[in-house]
Amino acid sequence: MGRHLSTKLLSGLALAVAIGATAIASPVSAASLKMAWKQDATGLDPHKQTAFSSIRLLELIYEPLVRFDKDLQIVPAVAASWEFAADAKQITFKLNPNAKFQDGKPVTAADVKASFERLLDEKTAAAARANFLSIASIETPDQATVVFKLSQPDVPLLTAMASINAAIVPAAEITAGTIGTKALGSGPFKLDKWEPNSKETLSANKDWAGGKVAIDGIDISVLPDETAILAALRTKQVDFALINDPLVATLVPKEASLVLNRTPVLAYHVLQMNPSRKPMDVLAVRQAISCAIDRKDVLDTASVGEGKVTGPLTMPGYTSDASALFCYKQDIAKAKKLMADAGFANGFTATVIAANGEPATAAAEAQVLQSQLAEIGVKLNIKMMELNVYVDAWLKGDFDMAVALNGGRADPYSMYNRYWTKTGNLQKVTNYIDDTLDSLMQKGRVETDPAKRKAIFADFEKHLVEVSPWVWLYTSYSYTAQQKNVQGFVPTPEGSLFGLSKVTLQ
Amino acid sequence: MSYLARRLLTFPLVMLGVSILVFVAIRLVPGDAITAMLGTEAGLLTPDQRAALAAYFGIDKPILVQYWSWLLGVLQGDLGISVIHGKPALTIILERFPLTLQLALMSMCVALLVGLPAGVFAATRNERMSDLAVRIFAMIGQSTPNFVVGLLIIYALSAGFGILPTMGEFTPLFTDPLRNLGQMILPAITLGFAFAASVTRISRSAMLDVLSDDYVRTARSKGVPKRSVIWRHALPNALIPVVTLSGVEFGYLLGGAVLVEQIYALPGLGRLVLEAILQRDYALVQGCVLFIAFNFMVVNLLVDLAYVTLDPRIRLGEGN
Repeated sequence: MGRHLSTKLLSGLALAVAIGATAIASPVSAASLKMAWKQDATGLDPHKQTAFSSIRLLELIYEPLVRFDKDLQIVPAVAASWEFAADAKQITFKLNPNAKFQDGKPVTAADVKASFERLLDEKTAAAARANFLSIASIETPDQATVVFKLSQPDVPLLTAMASINAAIVPAAEITAGTIGTKALGSGPFKLDKWEPNSKETLSANKDWAGGKVAIDGIDISVLPDETAILAALRTKQVDFALINDPLVATLVPKEASLVLNRTPVLAYHVLQMNPSRKPMDVLAVRQAISCAIDRKDVLDTASVGEGKVTGPLTMPGYTSDASALFCYKQDIAKAKKLMADAGFANGFTATVIAANGEPATAAAEAQVLQSQLAEIGVKLNIKMMELNVYVDAWLKGDFDMAVALNGGRADPYSMYNRYWTKTGNLQKVTNYIDDTLDSLMQKGRVETDPAKRKAIFADFEKHLVEVSPWVWLYTSYSYTAQQKNVQGFVPTPEGSLFGLSKVTLQ
Repeated sequence: MSYLARRLLTFPLVMLGVSILVFVAIRLVPGDAITAMLGTEAGLLTPDQRAALAAYFGIDKPILVQYWSWLLGVLQGDLGISVIHGKPALTIILERFPLTLQLALMSMCVALLVGLPAGVFAATRNERMSDLAVRIFAMIGQSTPNFVVGLLIIYALSAGFGILPTMGEFTPLFTDPLRNLGQMILPAITLGFAFAASVTRISRSAMLDVLSDDYVRTARSKGVPKRSVIWRHALPNALIPVVTLSGVEFGYLLGGAVLVEQIYALPGLGRLVLEAILQRDYALVQGCVLFIAFNFMVVNLLVDLAYVTLDPRIRLGEGN
């Protein structure tokens, strides 16, 4: 017995030593930030990549002409200043004379022109091209000036230019055809090494025109399980991490050594209905569904209260009091009456699709909606799908209803023109054409007075909620967790990690 | 023709079948490389943009043409280029395989070192309390999913003791053996846990059968010591079902242990296949599946050959 016990103790000790040895033997680089995220970038071409995970990496390496600050105000990046012509049909940028690519060459007007021409070339297959179609020509009167001439007034164009999808890349790399295989930008970090779905090594760009980067670099590890990310933070293997799952995020503050950054984001959780399918083609039915849903309950149950009930406009400066919108307080009696008036007093059966783990709350949201809609006789069947299968069905509009997390933008027109204008690229998804929505969007696009724009989009929001093709539920947070010695990170409503350029390690 | 030669001759046929199956299956699943890359933004593409991307991903030609050109490459040892990694699929697979092989071997060791003695122990104490205890543990082991075991281990170590093997940066065995073993031991225990439970149950029942055989009774009556009867005479004959089970399990493990590799962030074959499927990296999915199928066939063949060694009465390929 004694021998058995000592054998067990010895093997236990050996295990602890072996694990301990690896933990202690972790490479220590005092000034490099050790970071973890669940999902890795899927490519390096800033014009083509649209996944959040790719954007998060590329905005550390590349720079657009302008970018958003933490309040979503537009601030300089490669451009030092800009000016709209009075008729909003021309925009002129003066480039920062200190802006350099990571190979030391200056960023010139020719690089800007070549970048936008690449973006607009259909052969590039950049999805973001749709946001830049008003660009009629690009002129470069000198090395530091770029003039965009527009075919029509396009106020939201500037916000579209703040996206990393409009990054300025070296003209020489475009000619060489190396964009996407080699990452060469003018941003705060250089990409030294990338092993897809495994790790990235970034080093600080000493020549960055935006200022001095306080850390030597960033070592990013891909840890596919967020519980493991939390464990790695707990054991100080990781200094900084991105967290998607609100359930995991709520555990972070329980660790004394960790700090959670929680920032409201523009993306919104929504129940999309398909008005081309019966009986969602009936306005009263869609309104009944909107009235039957308790949005706060969905938020509390599916997302442990981590978020805020929202209307369609989620961007600062345009948001309104959601409780004043149509049926934002659950009203079952009204919902039942609307159903009866539409001839569906006994309800109906429909299928709602949702993607596994995208967002992490998708299945829970579908379940809460299922139970809430049961109260007015709507029997919802839930169909969970792998993300890519879901996207395929979503793009084809092949669903009765869909639980979705859609990305937001700083400008209402850029955010919704794809869905609610007659020429929107995603008409097939919304299956809903409405003259009022279309005309308000066109008005908002050309209006340059901020107060008038706000009023136009407030009308747009009110009408959109009343006709209820979709039921907007809530906006959530983006989360990052960090050790207490990591200082100076400023999160943004876009979930950008650009703030890492100002981080220090104490 | 010898049994071995005949078995080897079936390999190309099976591989051809597998290649057709995986090639068609991955293309039948809704969604393609374009939607995998762009998500819902793919809806913003014009037809010309979509055509440019389809050409880039090599999915613009008819499926038969695609298959034929891929097959020709495979016959020359070229499994295609992974669009995500920008490298030949075979290179990536061979980079990942040593980890998967090591994990499979280590978890087999854990399973056999725990499962065999436990099974033999339980069989020799049939229907006693200690037998019952082993059987209950085996049942728990078999019915607990390995991701639960993995997460519990990670939680207990990180929250309870503040330690955790290094994750996210894998160290190969021959670069730093100690560090490597530190990273691999927990995944091996996690994987070996359920497998040990199966080995316990199989070896227990096989031992019970063998222990009631005449030759064991004869050995006992001749006064052969109990330990010798069990370990020298009975156990070798009880090993055949254990070998079968281990062979099948080992074949599966060579295909990668997806959940365990995900939880411990190990860059193994399982995670590679999963990511390749999710990102619709066709060349990589096809290459991985072919490679896994080949491994499975080799392991099966080795298991069959092992029967002959364990039981000389078995003559392979002669109807036995």
